[in-house]
Amino acid sequence: MSTPFYVSPQQAMADRAEYARKGIARGRSLVVLQYADGIVFVGENPSRALHKFSEIYDRIGFAAAGKYNEYENLRIGGVRYADLRGYTYDRDDVTARGLANVYAQTLGTIFSSAAEKPYEVELVVAEVGETPEGDQIYRLPHDGSIVDEHGSVAVGGNAEQISSYLDQRHRDGMSLAEALKLAVQALSRDTNGSEREIPAERLEVAVLDRTRPQKRKFKRIGGAQLSRLLQSGGPSTEAESSSDDD
Amino acid sequence: MDFLSEHQPELLPGNRQLPPTQGVIEAPHGTTIVAVTFPGGVVLAGDRRATMGNVIAQRDIEKVFPADEYSAVGIAGTAGLAVEMVKLFQLELEHFEKVEGAQLSLEGKANRLSTMIRSNLGMAMQGLAVVPLFAGFDVDRAKGRIFSYDVTGGRSEEHGYAATGSGSIFARGAMKKLFRDDLSEAEATTLVVQALYDAADDDSATGGPDVARRIYPIVTVITEDGFRRLTDDESSAIARSILERRLEQPDGPRAALL
Repeated sequence: MSTPFYVSPQQAMADRAEYARKGIARGRSLVVLQYADGIVFVGENPSRALHKFSEIYDRIGFAAAGKYNEYENLRIGGVRYADLRGYTYDRDDVTARGLANVYAQTLGTIFSSAAEKPYEVELVVAEVGETPEGDQIYRLPHDGSIVDEHGSVAVGGNAEQISSYLDQRHRDGMSLAEALKLAVQALSRDTNGSEREIPAERLEVAVLDRTRPQKRKFKRIGGAQLSRLLQSGGPSTEAESSSDDD
Repeated sequence: MDFLSEHQPELLPGNRQLPPTQGVIEAPHGTTIVAVTFPGGVVLAGDRRATMGNVIAQRDIEKVFPADEYSAVGIAGTAGLAVEMVKLFQLELEHFEKVEGAQLSLEGKANRLSTMIRSNLGMAMQGLAVVPLFAGFDVDRAKGRIFSYDVTGGRSEEHGYAATGSGSIFARGAMKKLFRDDLSEAEATTLVVQALYDAADDDSATGGPDVARRIYPIVTVITEDGFRRLTDDESSAIARSILERRLEQPDGPRAALL
């Protein structure tokens, strides 16, 4: 009979975290930013069918980086949780905080269960409030912790570099075009510092717009509207970044 | 609904067993719903009365609801059950849309509602029937369509106009004489309010426009641009102009004899 090798719990957890981080790093990054009228999700996504962002409920949006089948599973779970809650109680009783807690529990359980491989995903759950102060953004790393974020957040492979770029340049009350332009600038910086062009067709953009008259605030932006926004955001953001450099 | 039946079956309306009862259960009933298609869309409207036996249970009940962006349901029958059914229906459409990333086809939505009505058959046999009218804009065919139902969930597509509820016989008669293929949106909204007026004229369970309390029919329009409910000002303007004409001609506009 062969004796199994002893692996210390610390080492086992570190290995699992390493495994999950590597999986997430393989995927493309995405960013979530607050702007004057809501929250904007921007990511590079060559696929038109497999979305990285989606609607969970009236005011709640979902963004994920990592392995598609795993975050899709979590997304559907989130939609079910939200719909069931809204049906049983009231639409106002579905909150991003509650949802983030459910995700944290799920991710945490999977991460520490020896029977399953850890999920290679990093999630963002965002809720748009009546005012910018009411906006909530939660980042959920692979291990089931919750990070309460403000202003801007990036997840995925290149997240740290992108976050620091965004932190320096993001400010409250940006217009949608400005926020979008900033997000694209942040995403187009490669790990080695060089910049590359991301064409509008490869961008996936969605907003939670508090000014929408409907109850459901989530909306995808694409095609002509996206190109228009990217163009209009150009000059003002350049002026903005040059003044930052001064 | 499938998800609900797996995880929280007690939340499904059809899963509740009714204790055996003698006679009819008294509960508020909604009355008349009418719908008319016009080139480019469909109009769905309902009166505001709920009755319980010979008593008016509620004067300002709302019986027309958006099901999703391109469809709406008007309910006649037991109000409590109908409202719950609509809520579940709305949830299902929204849930499907979010999970699949695409809307159900209009036929698909109509079919789903059919199943839900059938699941209520047990209650319907004890006098708690729900008979909705479903109207929507078919995005693929670019036109408004109406579906009517019976208590057993039997579904049939109606062309031009349809009505359900206790005043439907009178409303249908009015619409039959006033309907034309080339109505504008404004004419179609006037037509449904005329039909509801005629229904209220002859059916005691249907409420007419209540000028003193400012309670007017709910009128909704579904077009390419989605669902829109006329504001109180808009529907009161229509109701008032009809009322004005009826003061001279109590039976309303006359159709040509030949």
